[in-house]
Formats: sequence, C-alpha cells, structure tokens
Amino acid sequence: MNKKAITAIAAVLALPMAAGAGPDDDKLVVNEDIEMITKAAAPAHVADVLDEVMSGWHFRSDETQALQMDDFENPAMVFVDQAQEAWDTADGSKGKSCASCHGDVAESMAGVRAVYPKWNEEAGEVRTLNMQINDCRENQMGAEKWKYSGGDMAAMEALISVQSRGLPVNVAIDGPVQATWEKGKELYYTRTGQLELSCANCHEDNYGNMIRADHLSQGQINGFPVYRLKNTKLNTAHARFKGCVRDTRAETYKPGSAEFVALELYVASRGNGLSVEAPSVRN
Amino acid sequence: MKLTSLTLALSLAGTAALAGEVAPKAVQFGESGEVAASLTGVAGDAANGAIVAGSKSKGNCVACHQVSALADVPFHGEIGPSLDGAGDRWTVEELRGLIANAKMTFEGTMMPAFYKVEGFIRPGDAYTGEAGAEPLPPILTAQEIEDVVAFLATLKEE
Ligand code: HEC
Ligand code: HEC
Ligand code: HEC
Repeated sequence: MNKKAITAIAAVLALPMAAGAGPDDDKLVVNEDIEMITKAAAPAHVADVLDEVMSGWHFRSDETQALQMDDFENPAMVFVDQAQEAWDTADGSKGKSCASCHGDVAESMAGVRAVYPKWNEEAGEVRTLNMQINDCRENQMGAEKWKYSGGDMAAMEALISVQSRGLPVNVAIDGPVQATWEKGKELYYTRTGQLELSCANCHEDNYGNMIRADHLSQGQINGFPVYRLKNTKLNTAHARFKGCVRDTRAETYKPGSAEFVALELYVASRGNGLSVEAPSVRN
Repeated sequence: MKLTSLTLALSLAGTAALAGEVAPKAVQFGESGEVAASLTGVAGDAANGAIVAGSKSKGNCVACHQVSALADVPFHGEIGPSLDGAGDRWTVEELRGLIANAKMTFEGTMMPAFYKVEGFIRPGDAYTGEAGAEPLPPILTAQEIEDVVAFLATLKEE
C-alpha cells in the first residue's frame, strides 16, 4: 500500500462521528413487559468479525423506536390481528384452518420463530417459516400458496413471530443445514453489481456510519417481518434483501429463491442471541 | 468555492460523448492507480463536477464522503474520508484514477469504480434489480469524470 493510502485511512479514523451516530444505549421493553435482548455477545461463528451483535432498533430515531415499545402504537399490529382471523378461517379444498390442526396459536407456535429457518427432515430441505406456512396451505389445507413476500404471508409470519417475542434467536447452523449456511455466508460476502458491494461492506464494516441519509445497522433480521414507515406495510426479510441487492446495481435474487433461503439462514444465525422482536418498526 | 452558474452546468451535463474519448476498457492505470491522460482532452468543468458529486443519480459521492464545499447538499455519509483538502493530497492524475476505478489505488476498497463496464458479479440494469448486459454503461461519462476531477482539484485546505 502506498503512503497516500495510509494517510487516507488515518483520515477515516480521525473523522469525528457525527452527533448521534453509532448505535444508542436505549433499552427496549415492549408493553412495559417483554424485555428484549437487543445487544448480545457475538455468537462464536461471527466472533472473528464482530464483538457484539445488535438489533436494528438501536439505529433508529427515538420516535421510530417508541412505536415498537407499545403494541397500541405499533402500526404492524393491525396485520397481526388480520392474521389471527386468517388463522381461524377455513380455506382450501379440505375445509381446514390453521387452528384446525394447530389450535391456539399462542401455545402451538410459542418458540417456533426463534429456530427458523430450520431443517425439515421429511422434505429433506431447509425451510423458512414462509415455506412451512405455504407447505401447510398447499398440502394440509388444499389451499392456494400465498405470494412469498406478499401481505397475507408477512402478516401470518408476524402472528407466528409474536408468539416468540423476547426469546433469543437460536437457529442451528450445523448438521444437515451446514451446506446451506455456508452458501449463505458466501453470498453475504460476495460483492455484487456495478457498485461491487457485499452485505458485509455495509452491515459489517460500516454499521453505525451514515450512508447518505441512512444510518447503517448490522442488517439483522430478528425484527422481521418489519413494518416500514416508508411503505406503510409489513416487509419480509427477503423483500429487504432484494432491495439491498438492487441497490448495488445488481440483478437481484427472487424472494423465496434458494439463494435467499440460504442467506436468511446465515443472516439469522448472525443474530443468534438477540430477541425475536417481530413485528418491529423501521423507517 | 462558490457554485455559480449551476443551471448552465446542468444543461451541459447531458451532452453526448465526444469522439477521441478514452473508452472505459482502454484506460491506462499507472503503478499506483493514477491515470495520466485526460479521458476526453476537454478541460473539466469544476462547477458541473460539484453537481455530479452531489447528485444521487450521478456520482453520489456524498453518500459516502463529507464535502464542506457541498454543504448545500443534504446528508453527507461517513463511509470514506472527508474530501476536504483532496486537491492538496492528490494530483489530478491520481484523482482521475481514483474516480475511474479506486480499486487500482486502494485494493479492495468499498468505493465503486465509476468508469468500469464489465467483470461484475450479477450485473444489473442500473437500480431496477433486473439483469443488465455487459458491457454496462459506465456510472459516469468520461467528461463527468473530468469534471469531478476538476472539482476535487479545487478542494484545498486553506
Ligand atoms: C391439516 C393439518 C394442518 C393444517 C390445516 C395446518 N398445518 Fe401447519 N403443520 C401441520 C403439520 C402436520 C406440521 C408438522 C410438519 C412437519 O414437521 O413436517 C405443521 C407444521 C407447521 C409449522 C412449523 C412448526 C414447527 O415447530 O416447526 C408452522 C409454522 C405451521 N405449521 C403453520 C401453519 C399455518 C400458518 C397454517 C394455516 C395457514 C397451518 N400450519 C395449517 C399440519 C397442519
Ligand atoms: C450499499 C449499502 C448496503 C448493502 C450493500 C446492503 N445493505 Fe442492507 N441496508 C442498507 C441500508 C442503508 C439499510 C437501512 C438502514 C439499516 O437498517 O441498516 C439496510 C437495511 C437492511 C436490513 C434491515 C435491518 C433492520 O433492522 O430493519 C437488512 C436485514 C439488510 N439490510 C440486509 C442486507 C443483506 C443481507 C445484504 C446483502 C445481500 C445487504 N443488506 C446489503 C444498505 C445496504
Ligand atoms: C460506497 C462508498 C463510496 C462512494 C460512493 C465514493 N467513495 Fe470515495 N472513497 C470511499 C472509501 C471507503 C475511500 C477510502 C479508500 C480506502 O478504501 O481506503 C474513498 C476514497 C476516496 C478518495 C481518496 C481519499 C482522500 O484522501 O481524499 C477520493 C478523492 C474519493 N474517494 C473521491 C470520491 C468521489 C469523487 C466519489 C464520487 C464520484 C466517491 N469518492 C464515491 C468510498 C466511497
């Protein structure tokens, strides 16, 4: 490296942090009841690159943060209510609802979100929650599959996630899922598009920094699906991945694609130890 | 620096490529990433360079860099070093190389190459998310790069 490169790097280090930059130290307690783990020691498999993993909540403004602290303020909760209705409503050729088989969602789905994506032995594949929901719709109910990142799906994903709020994310990364996890890791570090940027460039090397008007977080998905004030709806993790890949001037992958399933597993595993926060609120 | 005649500069920004331009694939980088020859042979217009550096749809340099001369443009990023004083730290040749393809100066840098058209992983059609066919159009034209170089050369510490 030449001398000027070193000077430039020194300049980066010397750059004063703008006021309010970096993650804050606020505490996230939802409904004055559920204490969220929003910062945790990095899990062993990312400890070589991160000391601490942090929820995206820490990188948002106080106003946005507040919306997530009370279910009456959280705009995502309307969708959770809608999904509760869908849960109890029969659909498809078999005349069944989710409740027909799973009963009370609060009981049957407690803890489920925290371990997805996970291996499905019978199908011999890594399944995201969305894949499992569509599998039940198609094969258990004889109903049409929902669009992978559509509104019905995101809402049901949110309803199921709510039953795990506060529990630490704990996806498995070894055994039968290991190959998928490795593939996700490779995608995370691949510099795509004409801007030649990887997830890691923004969310590992630069979290806490501003990129134009955006305050970069670690790109964790413990809060997904996420309600965004920007588009006033619930957004799935795959929709977010797609947006981020598009912003590298690249050809994106499709929501539900093998690539994004692998990436979801890998990104979820980077947040092992953080509480399930969904549905969270972002700008 | 005062950004006068901004509107005039804007109207010139869209002019077509001139003959005798150095094509993206023909750019000659020196040992430390510098590019000796002008990409167009036409002197850069610093005022237009300031517009290119500040606008989201062009260089969007402020996405990553703080630039005091562009204080009128809202939201400067913190990814790269401040560009204040870049004209003291770098020669025009070095600046040209840095913008054409910063990876020739800083190996593995996060800074995108603004005059590179192929060799990408999953090249896209601008920000559509659709596939793009290589060679892609460069992010900045040869003249826009000369203009940004001229602008950066005006950034002196005192
Ligand atoms: C006819 C029965 C039936 C219906 C109706 C049904 N499911 Fe299931 N569901 C199952 C069975 C059986 C499994 C276990 C599948 C497996 O492990 O391979 C399952 C598993 C699941 C799981 C994974 C649980 C875990 O611990 O991994 C989720 C989530 C789920 N269902 C959601 C839904 C939703 C949402 C609906 C309605 C849209 C629904 N199911 C409708 C039978 C049903
Ligand atoms: C050019 C920079 C850039 C790249 C490259 C990038 N992102 Fe992002 N990403 C952002 C910005 C800006 C945001 C919004 C602010 C934030 O939450 O970090 C964001 C948000 C996210 C979020 C939402 C976090 C939350 O808490 O709501 C996730 C998840 C995410 N990115 C994942 C990824 C993944 C996976 C990749 C690679 C496929 C990627 N990003 C690549 C800039 C980028
Ligand atoms: C995605 C982020 C990003 C964008 C966009 C970007 N840069 Fe950079 N730039 C960097 C980084 C990071 C460095 C530091 C070099 C390194 O990697 O060590 C840098 C370094 C530089 C330097 C040398 C540092 C110095 O001493 O001043 C100049 C000059 C420069 N950039 C100009 C520009 C211009 C002009 C544009 C727009 C046409 C631009 N950059 C766009 C990230 C970026």
